[in-house]
Amino acid sequence: MDLLKFTVRRTLASIPVLFGVSVITFGLVHLTPGDVVSQLVAANPDASQADAVRLRREFGLDDPVWVQYINWLGDVLTGDFGEHFTSGRDVSALVWARLPETLALGLFGWVFALLIAIPGGIYAAINRGEIGDDVSRFAALSGISIPNFWLGLMLIAVFSVQLNLFPTLDPQEPLLSTSMLWWLVLPGVTIGTAASANLMRIMRTSMAEELNKEYVTAARAKGLPERTVVLKHVLRNSLISVTTIAAFLTASIVSGSVVVETVFGWPGLGILFVEAINVREINLILVITLFTGVFIVLANLLADIVYALLDPRIRHDY
Amino acid sequence: MSTERGRIRVSGFETERIADHDAAEPTGDDAEEAEDDPEVQNRWVRVIHQLKRDRLALTGMAVVVVMLFVAVFSRPIVVGDVTVQPLSLTPYDPAQTGVGDRYDSPSLTHPMGTDRLGRDTFSRVVAGSRYSVTIGFVVTALAASFGVIYGGVSGYFGGTTDGVMMRLVDVIFAFPALVLAMILVSLFGGGFIPLVGAFALVGWASYARIIRGEILKVKQNEYVMAAKALGARDKSVLFRHIIPNAIAPVVVQATLSIGTVVIGVAALGFLGLGFDPGTPEWGTMLDAERDTLITGAGGTWFWWTTVFPGMMIFLFVMSINMVGDAVNDALDVQVDDVRGGGG
Repeated sequence: MDLLKFTVRRTLASIPVLFGVSVITFGLVHLTPGDVVSQLVAANPDASQADAVRLRREFGLDDPVWVQYINWLGDVLTGDFGEHFTSGRDVSALVWARLPETLALGLFGWVFALLIAIPGGIYAAINRGEIGDDVSRFAALSGISIPNFWLGLMLIAVFSVQLNLFPTLDPQEPLLSTSMLWWLVLPGVTIGTAASANLMRIMRTSMAEELNKEYVTAARAKGLPERTVVLKHVLRNSLISVTTIAAFLTASIVSGSVVVETVFGWPGLGILFVEAINVREINLILVITLFTGVFIVLANLLADIVYALLDPRIRHDY
Repeated sequence: MSTERGRIRVSGFETERIADHDAAEPTGDDAEEAEDDPEVQNRWVRVIHQLKRDRLALTGMAVVVVMLFVAVFSRPIVVGDVTVQPLSLTPYDPAQTGVGDRYDSPSLTHPMGTDRLGRDTFSRVVAGSRYSVTIGFVVTALAASFGVIYGGVSGYFGGTTDGVMMRLVDVIFAFPALVLAMILVSLFGGGFIPLVGAFALVGWASYARIIRGEILKVKQNEYVMAAKALGARDKSVLFRHIIPNAIAPVVVQATLSIGTVVIGVAALGFLGLGFDPGTPEWGTMLDAERDTLITGAGGTWFWWTTVFPGMMIFLFVMSINMVGDAVNDALDVQVDDVRGGGG
């Protein structure tokens, strides 16, 4: 099967998943007892029961759920995500304003994860069973076991408060400036640690597996220097299996952003989501959850296509 | 043992046993099966032997056992009016304010100091083990049982059933677990049962996917075909013959994911969504004290209020992951908990 056919099939297969994502997102949020109107009414002593009824009609909250779903889906497909109840602003405007912050943080986390995990994994696989391997395995195990919010708190305590190396305030500079890097380092490291540790473990396993294959023995027998064998032949093949989990790690970074942004006061989507959950801003919860779901489905799709591109054997599975 | 059935001669099987299985409900009684079946016995016995030699795994196991013990005996357990468990390991009532001054540093009377309300941090940390540890185990048990049945049915029947059932799993995988759990907890409200429900609803999908993949392989085996040919019902084939042979990666995933659940629960507590403020749950405790980190009234950082609760989460998760890693090596199934790190 050729790559194009695979890509088309794989893309079509993600359509029902996207549909499911929208149904689940909508269903969950609309099952929540206590909608925004009851909160608005409770917050305002002048509001009467009649106002509540009028507001519910205005927001379309008294229609049957499936009607609300279809209306909402129609709106979403035409780019209208509804308004933020308390401020009256368009929720998509809020999301677009926060998105670059989260992307910058996530990207930094990814780069950090790759920079640590790939060399670390190679080192551990080459020195398998030796002390260096044990140390790096222990480090990786710690990395997946440490709660990211606590790691963030400890980094702030040690590097910002005690050693005064990094700013303790919430980010003040415009996002695209060099001084902003100082604000990015600690949250970026925090968000990347778990992904890095996971990736390192997988890198080590896949590398060790490749090193046992016959082509490696053949390459060594030909008299190639070990460096060439590892960096040119083995690394390339073991990176292929790393692609398959890249999408999963993206999900872990997205999850992490919710917590890490809260710890560092980073003004991104994650912190917006926590606020939205606390005050039951339905439209905002919906749009962020939907964004996340779609983003992860697309990341999976991309990872699968890249995988098929790198490893033709996989194309037959679809 | 061989049997004549019509013109087909089947050897190596006890048809009476298969017929008996068919009549009886699948009890999941592994011990009984292990005695009869040397293959099954050898595998799990081998695993235990290997675990016994692994020092890291033993250390981890010891910590987990101690923490389970502490979780049970930290505070008296009262069911109705009957005190089931009268012991209390905590020197003070974890909820009692003013047992010391505000922010006493660690001393002999308060080994982990006191917090902003003068509560004893050590007592709170000890009592807090109950929340995280029990939720971790209960959620994993629930999610794994449901996931195994779901994935088992899906993989066994295959075809359209499989296609539809696995799409739902794909959909759940499209959400980061923590985000979904946050929405569910805000839906149910906080507390023990809602948290267990939320994390179980989020977690089952990975078990379903793992066991399904394994079952697709196992069901190709001749013994499965033989069991079917001998007239065993689907339920019995699936639960007595296929699942026991496909369960190994699930066991690994389960041990590795207890830690993920514990971190996830604490993360929700930290975000103020898990328990009422003031509950001695580790994440909630960190949430209550995190502002002292930066302001540190008077320029001093009351490190004990943030260091100890977080360290307990880390210690527990690390220990259980050491066990999980060792089980992974022993069973040699290569599961990697790629959804880890804050759930």
